[in-house]
Parts: sequence; structure tokens; C-alpha cells
Amino acid sequence: MAASESYPDDLLYHPEHDWARIDGDEAVLGVTWYAQDALGELVHYEPPSVGASVSKDNSYGEVESVKAVSDLISPLSGEVLEVNEKVVDAPETVNEDPYGDGWLIRIRMTNPNERERLLSIGEYRKLLDEG
Amino acid sequence: MQTLRRTPLFEQHVALGARLVPFAGWEMPVQYEGVIPEHKAVRTDAGVFDVSHMGEIEVEGPTARDLLQSALSNDVDRLEPGQAQYTLVTNETGGILDDVIVYRLDEHRYLVVANASNKDTVYGWLKERELRGSDVRDVSDDYALLAVQGPHALAKLGLEPATAFTWSMGEIDGVEVMINRTGYTGEEGVELACMSEDATRLWEAVLARDITPCGLGARDTLRLEVCFPLHGNDIGPQWDAISSGLGWACALATEFTGVERLREIKAAGPEQKLVPFVMTEKAIPRQGMAIEGGGEVTSGTMSPMLEVGIGMAYVPAAAATAGTEIVIDVRGKSRRGVVKKKPLYKKEHS
Repeated sequence: MAASESYPDDLLYHPEHDWARIDGDEAVLGVTWYAQDALGELVHYEPPSVGASVSKDNSYGEVESVKAVSDLISPLSGEVLEVNEKVVDAPETVNEDPYGDGWLIRIRMTNPNERERLLSIGEYRKLLDEG
Repeated sequence: MQTLRRTPLFEQHVALGARLVPFAGWEMPVQYEGVIPEHKAVRTDAGVFDVSHMGEIEVEGPTARDLLQSALSNDVDRLEPGQAQYTLVTNETGGILDDVIVYRLDEHRYLVVANASNKDTVYGWLKERELRGSDVRDVSDDYALLAVQGPHALAKLGLEPATAFTWSMGEIDGVEVMINRTGYTGEEGVELACMSEDATRLWEAVLARDITPCGLGARDTLRLEVCFPLHGNDIGPQWDAISSGLGWACALATEFTGVERLREIKAAGPEQKLVPFVMTEKAIPRQGMAIEGGGEVTSGTMSPMLEVGIGMAYVPAAAATAGTEIVIDVRGKSRRGVVKKKPLYKKEHS
């Protein structure tokens, strides 16, 4: 069952429709409701390896629907601490719960100042409205 | 920029919340609720597709048979009124300009249904071969075409089963339709042709019979599970019909463009073959991906029924036997698959 449209206000957003939930020097990353809706039901998640480096604005993995492939753009730089195996096994989890069970990776940030360049909920909504 | 054409059902698609995409110059519904639920509706119940973008060309006259026999690959003489035939338009090298279905309407009248993207090519091909006593007309705008497919399609439409590749005239809730026993999903079903002005009535009548609207996304995954080639993906001018596995639609004893080349390829055996495959590792193959040792993927998706990556690919003839392992370059990563026999998806008989 697909989730209904929402954008939690405790997250930081990247214009490529990715989100970050920061906790200390760690961050959990995922894609927004808009991204999963645009793709349709996800059928494959190609995650990075644990221990791999991810860098802000670059691809750290891929998600695929029946029809399309989409790069996952990292909103922050860091080292991958954990991959959400639940999404590897059941990619549709992202459609059902993009901000909860559908998270994608957890990282340790290597440049926490990057957070200041991410969008607030207000800024991200504005970007969506401008479409 | 070219404006996109719309079928007579465009407003109906918008009202149903369809996601519309450009396809072969048309603005078409790729999905309504979602590709996977629509796919499963067709496999388990019944779905309807608006395929009015496809082209219809009428060939009429006492020499219509002669024209079609020389212009198309299959043997048109095997076609009686009331029957339909899958056939190809081939070029000098035996490559495929389009795959079409020819319906024999009566003694001297045929209807050629072509892919939307190739309609002008097919019309031009037939028109320039017009003979004295044959008339070729593009009647695409006159007709709407709905494919109603699935194990419950006939019952829901109130139709009796009939032989595949036949057609008859009939009526669905007061709309006069040509009922074609053809389809592109591997399921039982029909393709209904009606006059364009009746399209909305027919569409509404079909939906009222509890048949799920389905987009081109599901049409593509359905046809791929049963290994029906798609022109522009799996077949095209660059691959000869024998390599494409469509030798059965080429009557090599008849004369048509490219037949000499096809006879040679048939005699020598093709160097490459179009084969279906399934992934044995977690990955989704996509059109254009290279195969280790030669070859390329021409169609790929995640199979909604099998829940694995599936596809079709050209591989060297030596690697075309079912059971042969293939390695596909999935955006830089090597992922394994195995060549299979057609079809990839087969209904379990109960």
C-alpha cells in the first residue's frame, strides 16, 4: 500500500528528492515521497557496501521500478555504517513508508558542515511547488 | 517540437488519473494505479488497454492479394475471410521494418494493423506497391482499438471462446465492434476495433463490466513475460527475421523483399539469435546492456509474476541454447542470467 504524500519537518532535504535525518555525527538517508511516487513501485535496491564512502551530491546506489532506474544521490558525505536489508529484500517498503522502514543507509558524516547547504522542509516544499 | 497526438479516449485517461507519457508521437497512459497491479489484473482477471494509437491501413481491390503477397513476408494465400495473420515488412537484408497483423475482411479487402511508430512506413511501403486494381488507404483515424485481455476477459464481455487469429463482427452493449481474437499478453482475450466516435461508449461499457484499465507499462511487462518481441526493442531493420526467431512468419517459398537473403541465412544458420533469459542474480536487465562474449539485451524488466529480472537478448548462436549461462554488464557490475525457452511465464494448469 503506497503511503500518502508527506514531508516530515524534522528532516533535511536535497533537491534530488533525498532526505537526511541527522543524529549526532550520524545520519540516516532515504528518498522523499515525491521520488518514490515519480518512480512507481520499487522492485530493486542496489545498495552501497558497508564501509564505502559516499560523497555529497554523488550517487551511492540505485533504485529501480519496473520501468526505470534512478540514482540515489547522497545529501551528505560520509562512511556507510549500515544498509537497510529490509529494503534490499522488499524494495516496495520505500513506497509504503519512505521516511520510516523505507530508509536506505546510515552513515557517519565526514563533513557535518554540509548540513547547512541542505534544504529545510519549507525550502523543499517550495522547490516541489515550482515543479 | 512536434505536438503529441491523443486517442479518442484521452479525456477518459485523464479522468482516471493516468500517468501520461509520450510514446511513438502519442500521449499515452503508461499506468493508472500502477504497472504491477495492472499486470496482475490481466494475469488473474481482466484488463483493458487503449491501443488506438496503432495504425490501420486498408487494402482493397481485386489485386489486393497480389500486393500483400509481394509486400509482406507471410503467405497471404493461407488467409481466409474471417482470419488474421501475423506477418512482417522486411527490407533487402531481411531486417524487420515492422511486424503487423493482417485481417482478411472479405474476398478482396484486407486490414493491416501496424505499430504506431511504423504506421507511416508501412503505409508508404504498401502505397508505393499499389497495383492497378488495388487501393491502399490509411484509415487509422477512423478506428479506435481496445485490447481486453485476461482469463476472465471473454466471460466479462459476454463472448464465447473462438479460435485464435480469427475475427467476427459483434456488439458490446450496443456498440458495433470488430472482435479480433488476437492479443499481446499471452492471455485469452480480444482486441476490439470500433469507430472512433464510439470509442468512449465502448470504453465505458468495458469498464462497467469490471475490467481494469491498464497502461502501456503493463502491456510491456506482460508481452515480455511471454516473449512477444517488441519492434524497436527486440526486432528492427538491423536484425534479420531468422535471427529474430520470426522465420515462422516468413513464407520463404513466396517472393517478397529480402527473401533471398533470408533463404541464405536460413540455409547457413543465423550467427546470432534472439533468446529469452532470466537473471540468476539480483539485478534487472535493461535494453542496451552488453553481454560478455558478445550480444546485447534488447528488452528487460522485473517480472511481476516471476519476481526476478527477465529479458530478451541477441547472443551468438553457440550461446543460444536454453540453459546457457550469460553474464550481463549491469551499469558496470557483472550479473549472471540463464538462457530459457519461450515463454518465460506459463500459467499453471489446474
